[in-house]
Amino acid sequence: MELRRSAAIVGIGELRPSRHPDGRPVLELLAEVTRLAIADAGLEKGDVDGLLVAPPLAEHSLMWPTVLAEYLRMHPTFAETVDLGGASACGMVWRAAAAIRAGLCRAAVCVTGDVLDPDSFYGPRGGRPARVPGREFESPFGPMGANSGYAMIAMRHMYEFGTTSRQLAKVAVDQRVNANANPDALFFDRPLTIEEVLASPLVCDPLHLYEIVMPCTGAAAVLVAAPEIARRGPHRPVWLLGAAEKLTHMSLAQAPSLTTSPIAYTAPRAFEMAGVTPQDIDLVSVYDCYTITVVVTLEDAGFCPKGRGGPFVEEHDLTYRGDLPLNTHGGQLSFGQAGLAGGMSHVTEAARQLQGRAGQRQVRNCELAFVNGNGGIMSEEVSLVLGAD
Amino acid sequence: MAQEYRKPLPQPTETSRPFWEGARRGELRLQRCRSCGEYVFYPRSLCPHCLSPELGWTTASGRGHVYTYTVVRRPAHPGFRDEVPYVLAIVELEEGPRLTTNIVGVAPEEVRIGMPVEAVFEPATEEITLVKFRPRKET
Ligand SMILES: [Zn+2]
Repeated sequence: MELRRSAAIVGIGELRPSRHPDGRPVLELLAEVTRLAIADAGLEKGDVDGLLVAPPLAEHSLMWPTVLAEYLRMHPTFAETVDLGGASACGMVWRAAAAIRAGLCRAAVCVTGDVLDPDSFYGPRGGRPARVPGREFESPFGPMGANSGYAMIAMRHMYEFGTTSRQLAKVAVDQRVNANANPDALFFDRPLTIEEVLASPLVCDPLHLYEIVMPCTGAAAVLVAAPEIARRGPHRPVWLLGAAEKLTHMSLAQAPSLTTSPIAYTAPRAFEMAGVTPQDIDLVSVYDCYTITVVVTLEDAGFCPKGRGGPFVEEHDLTYRGDLPLNTHGGQLSFGQAGLAGGMSHVTEAARQLQGRAGQRQVRNCELAFVNGNGGIMSEEVSLVLGAD
Repeated sequence: MAQEYRKPLPQPTETSRPFWEGARRGELRLQRCRSCGEYVFYPRSLCPHCLSPELGWTTASGRGHVYTYTVVRRPAHPGFRDEVPYVLAIVELEEGPRLTTNIVGVAPEEVRIGMPVEAVFEPATEEITLVKFRPRKET
């Protein structure tokens, strides 16, 4: 059973990120992007027989796929909750393709979304909190959620390789240029300079406020379909060419390495499955909860040698008109992070670019995209290679 | 304790209880696998290296170095509101395992990766003593 070209993304549904939630339950957001993705693919609800949902952070429920399926009166023959944090979106795409290849379904919608509720990041979820080691051996010392984890990765990266805050800031600034060409981005009308990033308050040393993702409300879905459906669709099919996944740790203290992530495993395998190399890639669409995440990802994915990520982002133009277009929607840093829909935004943007539907920020001759989903503290990684016909 | 402790408290399990009893006595205790000899932290019901359930307890040196750190300037949990800025760190012990902790007894701006540190034992409640670290002179 081979995943390469087993299925294609044929439809996109995405809500504009918002800092001002209107009070709607997250279920309504999930339902809305499901509808949009089905319509965008030119399909009917009855054509969809697979449903994958990432569990929202702000509202807790058991059995999200069943909740959403019932709400929409869908009766899928394949359903899954994919709980890989920020890597969930990429994890859903290859799972949908595998289910299609295995004959379990023919058209699967992958759904993410969340409402803005900062307390829910740290507050208790439904039921008794699990007796897991993080609560016993990490929480008593005052970690600041993911912020302190990525800060400790950045600190170690600077120590080992001499990476500078100015280099990290370049990532945020290039992505802001991209957001300034994306009317849906939270920071569409706000330019940003390296000096402004460096002048923003330190939140967790060495990370400044503008190197940290902005939580918001939003949702996004993609429809993944079998080849025979994909070829009949209204858009260019976006084929899954390569995929790989790896998980290593929950607490950063348990990570095999702080500066080499599981992407060093997943990206080469995804490229190998696709039969391409990083040099063939037209668009990089990779998880960017923090600036340091992008630098480590570029190194581990083989765009530059380990430790050279800082100089690399300084030497290359990462904007949509640059020599290495990266996170052309603005990335989550400038587009917004609606919970796990933030990870989906890298998938939807890659699909849009490959379909030639990216408007003002369209990358010319965009045929091949590298997409990476990252969850936890560089804990769980899913790499995808997507290609247009 | 006269004052109410407002920060998150660990809830020991049967497996981890010897660690917390050691901390209360001023000892940093680690598990060691009787089968493969590896040191294990945090406490587990089986060895994560070889999956043997035969884990014993040893007292560690309490010495290590700062593997990485950050200065937390905005508290996530309200219990830390009066403590910012404080140093959250990962310390690598001489025995090998790394643990999450705080570096105390030094100004945050003086902390460095590689700095030699030693364990200090800070009672939080009657039952719970947290293991933190402070700079030590290299011997
Ligand atoms: Zn063992």
